Amino acid sequence: MSASADRVPRLLALIPYLQAHPDIEISSAAGDFGISADELREDLNLLWMCGLPGHGPGDLIDLSFDDDDHVAVTFDAGMSRPLRLTTHEAVALIVALRTLAATPGLIEQEAVSRALAKIEDAAGAQAQAAAAVTVAVDGQDARLAILRRALKAAQAVRLTYYSAGRDARTERTVDPMRLLLVDGHWYLEAWCRRAEGVRMFRLDRIEELGQLDEPSRPPRDVAPRDISGGLFLPSPEDIEVRLRLLPWARWVADYYPCQSVAEDGDGLLVTLRSTETTWVRRLVAGLGGAAQVLDPPALAAEIAQAARQALAAYDTPAAGTAMA
Amino acid sequence: MNLVICLLATRHYLTAEQIRRAVPGYEADDGTDRAKEAFKRMFERDKAELREIGVPLQTGRTSAFDDEDGYRITRDAYELPPISLAADEAAAVGLAVRLWHSAALAGAAEGALHKLRAAGVSLDEHAAVPLEPRLDSGEPAFGVCFAAAADRRELRFDYRRPDGSEPTPRRIHPWGVVARRGRWYVAGHDLGREAPRAFRLSRFAGRPKAVGPAGAFERPEDLDLVAMVASVTPASEVTARIRVRAGAAEGLRRAGKASADDPDLIEVPLSDLQALADRVTSFGVDAFVEEPAALREAVIRRLSRLAAMSQAPAEENS
Repeated sequence: MSASADRVPRLLALIPYLQAHPDIEISSAAGDFGISADELREDLNLLWMCGLPGHGPGDLIDLSFDDDDHVAVTFDAGMSRPLRLTTHEAVALIVALRTLAATPGLIEQEAVSRALAKIEDAAGAQAQAAAAVTVAVDGQDARLAILRRALKAAQAVRLTYYSAGRDARTERTVDPMRLLLVDGHWYLEAWCRRAEGVRMFRLDRIEELGQLDEPSRPPRDVAPRDISGGLFLPSPEDIEVRLRLLPWARWVADYYPCQSVAEDGDGLLVTLRSTETTWVRRLVAGLGGAAQVLDPPALAAEIAQAARQALAAYDTPAAGTAMA
Repeated sequence: MNLVICLLATRHYLTAEQIRRAVPGYEADDGTDRAKEAFKRMFERDKAELREIGVPLQTGRTSAFDDEDGYRITRDAYELPPISLAADEAAAVGLAVRLWHSAALAGAAEGALHKLRAAGVSLDEHAAVPLEPRLDSGEPAFGVCFAAAADRRELRFDYRRPDGSEPTPRRIHPWGVVARRGRWYVAGHDLGREAPRAFRLSRFAGRPKAVGPAGAFERPEDLDLVAMVASVTPASEVTARIRVRAGAAEGLRRAGKASADDPDLIEVPLSDLQALADRVTSFGVDAFVEEPAALREAVIRRLSRLAAMSQAPAEENS
């Protein structure tokens, strides 16, 4: 056994896979395993030398190829079925299916339940371990169902949205593009007619929502964003803010996309980019001193000044009532 | 690979020596200790690797006359039971796989897909759904915690309390990993405090470590992980009263409700004093704590640190 650790499971799955897909094209088989056609050929070359003890001509796995790069198994040496699911594989599938099952309006609930039952059955004892992971989804959200209907019917929606960054509530008409579930929060990605741009709306901040009797018409040239690097991508026009995070504010680096992150004693030095300083001011103020603005200095002075103003209210007992 | 084929093909247990002769690739016996050692090392490594990927190696003796343990793999234990999915069920599985983003679970889900495809199930994980779900991104501790809970191994980590005190080392038997309201937690039996506890993954300092053997503990039978995590932030009986500037501090208005006779006096249930103090502070002059005094003091401490920021770095904490 000379193959590397993640190659062996693939080699074990390949023969039954090829039997289940007779005369499949090498490139599409490679696609199913997430490898290149050349890597798959190497796998096949290795399998060809494997077989039953004795290793005579009749004992080895035998494959046949045709001129168009299709492959079929002529002798499987007993490798007719895939290996059982590992604990981790069973957990990954079962927990994800349970999460889908707890999220109505997303896909056909009944199909999810049937799939879940079959996977649990096939996983056997390994399914027990799925008890170790639980995802509590706020799936009873009526907004999700409305948005899903609007997406399906390709209709625009009207919504009232609370923006935490700007602490403001706005009314907008948007053309829904897709729904995203990221880190437990649902987002609607949509073309906002008011802002004339693609915007993300967190579902729990949508206050009123109604489907409009008019077609959704996002401009042709806008595409959903690639979110593999995170939900919010910085743009070149952004201003750059350097922060020193004390140890108990280190989480900020995990929650917001940072241009750079460097260790600083027990804390961190991070650079964030933002289109406007409002949300940075709110972020820093909300950290209550656990984050210090190093750059730009004017922003640091501004935040300190605002804090002094707020403090002044507490100095005079009557200030609270006077403010209103 | 040859080892698996060989052990699947045999009904009898094969001894290490028989395997050495039957499976090509192992060092032949030339009578030297060196060759014997080389074979032993390689055979041990292969066995460990197969067990690692979930191949059920059985050890035992075929008859009472055998004088050493042998190995075999039974088809029943090895083979994925027959499974077939209807198109809509396959679509559900294809979507489920896309929920995972971390290396630990995305890799496991991918492995499961390969096996299902090898069982003849046709799956399209790239089907066009206007939906991009992700459950577990951005939590570096997730993979280790999940694996420790699944394998029932002891978990050790340094944990920061939200009050900013120094991280303290914790040892737990992890019962499970829970996602709630976008935050991941690991819940289990805290060995130091001898009580059930839940910990937020984002408050780990450094990487957690799984130690000791698998199967080190049993999970309680009537375990409700979500309830355990929910009790991290207990329902509150104290109400904070916060005066907000007219037309401002929408975020605080959303967190509570306006008092009956004053639309700008907001009543917020106080569950986590530090978290509410952070929130109030973020609204600056637009929010003023009327009561309780503890919240007011926590806000004043924060504002004082912020006020000092443009001259000197803040050192103390609350």
